[in-house]
Order: sequence, then C-alpha cells, then structure tokens
Amino acid sequence: MLEFFSLREGGEAAELPAVTLEAFAGQSNATAVRIEPGEDARALLPHLDRIALVEVNFPAFGDGRGYSAARILREAGYKGELRAVGDVLVDQLRHMVRSGFDSFAPDQPLDPQLVDAALNRFSGVYQKAADAAALIWARRHG
Amino acid sequence: MYQYDQYDQAMVDARVAEFRDQTARRLSGQLTEAQFRPIRLMNGLYLQLHAYMLRVAVPYGTLNSRQMRMLAHIARTYDRGYGHFTTRQNIQYNWIKLAEAPDILADLATVGMHAIQTSGNCIRNISSDQYAGVSADEIADPRPLAELLRQWSSFHPEFTYLPRKFKICVIASAQDRAAMRLHDIGIELVERDGASGARIFVGGGMGRTPMIAPEIRDFVPFAEVVSYLEACLRVYNRYGRRDNKFKARIKILVHEMGADTYRAHVEEEFAHMKTLGLDPPLAELERIAAHFAPPPYETGLSDAIDRSDKDFALWLDTQVKPHKQPGYAIVNISLKPIGGIPGDASAEQIDLMADLAETYSFDELRVTHAQNIVLAHVRKADLHALWKALEAADLATPNLDLISDIIACPGLDYCSLANARSIPIAQRIAQRFADIGRQKALGELKLKISGCINACGHHHAGHIGILGVDRKGVENYQLLLGGSGAEDVALGQITGPGFDEDGIVDAVEKATDVYLANRTDGERFVDTFRRIGMAPFKEALYA
Amino acid sequence: MKILTGNDLATGDVIWWTGEGWSIHVNDAVDVGDKGEAIAQAESAARRVNEAYVIEATIDANGVRPAHIKDRIRALGPTVRPDLSLKPADPTAGNWVI
Repeated sequence: MLEFFSLREGGEAAELPAVTLEAFAGQSNATAVRIEPGEDARALLPHLDRIALVEVNFPAFGDGRGYSAARILREAGYKGELRAVGDVLVDQLRHMVRSGFDSFAPDQPLDPQLVDAALNRFSGVYQKAADAAALIWARRHG
Repeated sequence: MYQYDQYDQAMVDARVAEFRDQTARRLSGQLTEAQFRPIRLMNGLYLQLHAYMLRVAVPYGTLNSRQMRMLAHIARTYDRGYGHFTTRQNIQYNWIKLAEAPDILADLATVGMHAIQTSGNCIRNISSDQYAGVSADEIADPRPLAELLRQWSSFHPEFTYLPRKFKICVIASAQDRAAMRLHDIGIELVERDGASGARIFVGGGMGRTPMIAPEIRDFVPFAEVVSYLEACLRVYNRYGRRDNKFKARIKILVHEMGADTYRAHVEEEFAHMKTLGLDPPLAELERIAAHFAPPPYETGLSDAIDRSDKDFALWLDTQVKPHKQPGYAIVNISLKPIGGIPGDASAEQIDLMADLAETYSFDELRVTHAQNIVLAHVRKADLHALWKALEAADLATPNLDLISDIIACPGLDYCSLANARSIPIAQRIAQRFADIGRQKALGELKLKISGCINACGHHHAGHIGILGVDRKGVENYQLLLGGSGAEDVALGQITGPGFDEDGIVDAVEKATDVYLANRTDGERFVDTFRRIGMAPFKEALYA
Repeated sequence: MKILTGNDLATGDVIWWTGEGWSIHVNDAVDVGDKGEAIAQAESAARRVNEAYVIEATIDANGVRPAHIKDRIRALGPTVRPDLSLKPADPTAGNWVI
C-alpha cells in the first residue's frame, strides 16, 4: 500500500518541511510551502523560482479548491513538486494529475493496483488542463 | 443530431468500467458510503425514498429512436416499467438496484448514452430549447455549442468538486423556451457586427433563494467561449461558499460580491486563461454543427390540413407549432393526461414514441423542461395519422401550456428531500379543470408544483406556483402567483398563508376566477396579475 | 417507540430492523430503545444496511406506524402508484399512510 508516491521523473520526492503560506511570506529561505483550501495560490507567483515543493491540503476530498490552486501554479510556469496531501482517494487521482499534481501524501494508504487502474483508465481527455494527456479535439483536427 | 466518434465512445466505455470497479469496491466495503456517495452521484445514482434512483442524461434534451428504445428497455428490464422525464430534460428511473447500475450504464453506452454528472457538485446536463433547429426565431441552432460544452464539462479536472451543482442552458432566440435566465450560467447565441458568439448570464437559479441571472458579458466570440467559461467556473470554484450548503450556489456568490465585482474577477481570469490554448479550434464547433444539419426535408409539400375531425382540430390548435420549413410542423406530445402523473411514460409509450419519431420525424425526439416530448419535423400531411397513434396510447391530451399541463416534481411520493406530495395535487388540479373548453378559456397558464424548497418543479417560475411544505408533520401548500421562466422572467410572489391539500385546489380555482373576472382582451393569467397586482387575489383567497 | 430503518445496500430496498435482521415489512420492526445508533453503526459496517436512521413510531392493532408521513410512504410505496406498493391488492392500504 502506498503512503506516499510521486510521479516525478527520478521518483524521489523532496523531503522538505513545508511552512504555511503566512510564514512563507516572512521567510526568505523557505523552499517548501503548504496551501490551505481558502488561501490564494497566486500569492506564491512572485516566488516560484525559489520554491521546490508546494503542498496543497485537501482536508475533505469534496472541497475542490486545491484543483484550482494546482492549475494556477502550473499555468504560471511552476516546475517544482506539487503535492496533494490529506483526504486524497484513488478516485480523485486522475483529476489531480490533470490539474498538475505530481506527488501524493494521502491520509489513508492507497492500493497501488487501484492507483494504476485509475491513472490509465481513460485514454483521452475532453479539455486542456495542466497535463499532457491526449486532447481529443486536438486529435480530431490534426 | 450528434453521433459519437471513437473518442466519445471510448470515454463512456471507460466511465462504465470505472463505475463498475467503484461499485464493486463499495459492495465489498473497500469504500465507505461517504467516499462512494459523490462518485455514485456523479454517475446519476441517488439513494431515494424507495430504492436507488438513476438519472440518465439526455444532452440538451435531444435523442433518437434507438436511444429512446434503450430507455424503454431499461424501464422494463431494470425498473418497474416506466420512466419519468424531468425539468432538466433528463429521464429518471425510481426502482434501481445498485448492484445492477453498472450493467445499466453499459447498456446505455451501447447507444451513446450515459448518466455522467447528472448529479453531484459538478457541471450537470446542459439544457436547451426544445425547438432548436426548427424555430424561425432562432439565429442558429444552439445545440452544437451545447454539445461542445457537454464535452468540455465532462470529467473536467478542476471543476469536479465545486461548492455545489452547476447548471448551464444554451438558447438562440430572444424568446426563452428553456428558462435560461434561471440557470447558473445562461447562454444566448447572438450576433454582433457580423460575428457569432454568446451573451453570458451568470447567477440565476431557483431553490431557497431564487434569482434571475444578470448579464455578465454581452458578447464572447465562439472562439473564446470555453476559456471564458473556465474563468467563470474558476472564480466560483475558488470563492463560492463552502460553509453552508444552502448558500453555496454561484447565484449567492454573484449576489454577495455583486455582479460588477464578479465580472471583474472573471475578466481578470479570462485575460489569463485565453492565452493558455484552452479553446478548441472553430473547426471543432463546425464538426459538431455538421451533425445538426437540417434533415432532408421534402419540398413542394402542401400546408393544407383537413380539420374536419373536431378532436383532431383541438389537438392541432394546442399541440402543433409552426416549423420554419414549409409543409412541416412541430408536434408536442403531452405527458400530462388528466389525472396522470406529470412527465411519466410507460415503457410501451416510450417505445411507441420511438417508433413514431422514426416514422414521422426523421428519427429525432426532444424532451422539454416542461416534462413533455417534441417531434420536431413532422410533415403536415402526416399529422392526422400521428395524432391517431398518439391518441390510442393516451399521449394526445391537447393541453400544451394550459392549466393541466402541469410541471410537477416527484415530491414526497418518491423523493427523500420532499416535504409534501406534489403529484396528487397535480392530479386533483388537472381533474378540477378537466374540461378542455374551460382550459382553453383560461388560456396559457403555466402551473408548476414543487414538493420542497429545492424547487425541482420550478414553482418560482410558474404563472401559478405551488410549494409543498411540512407544517408540524402535516403537508401544507403555499401559493405563488406571477412567476415566469420565459423571456419575461419573473419570480412568483407568495399570496399569504398556506393551504391544506383540499384548500390548495380550491385556491387555484379562486385565483383563476379572479383572473376571468378582471382580464381585458388578450391578457393571459400572468398579464392580468401583473396589471392588477396581488390585492384582488389575496382578497378572494382569504375572504 | 423507536424503530430503525434504512436501505439495503445492493438493492436499495427500504428495510426495517427486526431485532435479528432486516425486513422489508414495517410490521416486523421492533422497538430499539436507545440502542438504535449502535445497531445502525454495526449493521452499516457489516454492509447489511445503508444510511440507517432511528425514527419514532407507534404500534396499534393494525401494526407499526412510523410517526412521519415520509417514513410511512417509505413503508408502503408511492401513494400515487398503489400497484407498485407493498400491498397492491389492498385498496385501503393507502389510508394508513396519510
């Protein structure tokens, strides 16, 4: 069972102490930060080049604000590790990957077979997001 | 109408496999109900009063005979012989077993149907005008854009866990036949300076706090509609309230921050998002639009109709509407027989309608938000034969938009959210006004009944609206007057204290008596109400 | 008295706690006293019931009568389709519901 896994090339994920967004603002040497659902990911945009890890907390899987936070960071060019933490279930993984997450620290360990099935079940996607999945309208029009 | 290509088919097939796996994990205990509930809702499956209820999507209300026959098959094979057409143009089955739901979805997938996102806090079925493609007043068929947006909204990774449900409607005429202004996002196709695009309204809805959507942007070119909607949804996903389920819709966000502030947030996000390559090329909208090309109409047909059969003439006058193609007509099939259950159809009736669509309407049917069915392309020469077939199956009640053409939610007979039963009230009102002459004398009178504040019966938008409430354990009914979901959109006003189940039927009759006593030439019920106000009605109701 | 009700997980059938198991007939329901929540939890964990909850009910010569009309409709079936109720052959069955 997976208590943590990463999709980043090289596999190994950053083991950094993530500070809160509020603390991050005052700490010029922090390289890892954690965002809560109600916080604005855009506050990090001026500092992306010094951030190696952003943790996005999902206290409850039904609160979908973390998906927007992730996409916003990727759209701004963030290339570091983007980790979904908390109430992360295998049934949300694909949307998380599509939104830009590349590592996961779920509260409950995940079955690797279910993870594999979830990530590979759909061969195409209907909308462009933060991943490189096969975009159906692009395939239709060459 | 749209036909799936291999990519669309692969998506629904994968979704079936995914749900089959998820259902197995629920039944074996690997998933708790709390973890499974959002999943099953996003596959249209509710746990309802008597069993599981499955809501199957009918995208923008359009389907063909093959799909209609599958709906009958599901009613017969997995349910108890009937289905219920809903106010969002979908169909519901009330007696579903969870263990069989994956098989039902697999059957649906074989004809290009699904139950994807028909519930849950995500973007729901996109609705449209039931006369799309055949009404002279539209600037273009709204359904290609609705299909484009259906695909865009399906399995959207960012917008699958919104604060609350999200309903979008697309129309293409000034006349609003789909209650567009009462949706979370309402879209009207428009032309500006020779370019085609969309006028966007955001923040409408019914329920506990009904609101009419304000215009947020007067024009978005088609080439940018997707990125604009992404901006609208992202602002909602980020800022919509999540602390209180009853204040979580986008209408509350737009209202609380103000339309101007919401608009500014969206414009800022849109300026960013339209640079990200999110918009499909116009070629994709054109590809979809090609599926909606007009059918091969015959030309040189006669417009003459033999009206000598009086019952046929009666039906013609209420149910048949003008078609933009000479020699053709739009036919409305009533699912509101007097004393029947509004919107319900038996498997046999569904099969018959499929046959009739194939024979008489280029194999196409529409579901309306008023819970009726439309055959959109019928030759005038075929109307009599069609009518006879409908009449034999109790599908020819001539009551479109009359008082017995009632929109009613399933209510406490079926729904665990309800406070009161709605169907028996609808039946009794229809029976009180059964005489067709009396109904025609009253004229257009849109009566809508909801069994609870969630307003699935659209009672706020009724010329006469009825809301069922629970008054110390006893069913009670509030009366509202003057609402409308058409282009003269308005929210109904409560008359005063509620009535019991006998009283509400009498109250409706008294309200119609006030109308008859006060109307001037050509005024509908709602027009007279708007002119004379609530006072004369209140006086009669509570004398 | 207090009785326990819910739905069968796989079929969705409305069911009532009999003291030993679950029945689709409300007249088989027993008084659970103050043990309803505990039974509900145990039975849900064992997947023998879904979304169970405790309700008030009375018992008389006709049988067990849930206090709230919603549960009486659950017990019998939709009042507008007596043919689909648990007692389709009994034309007076609906009288008990209201």
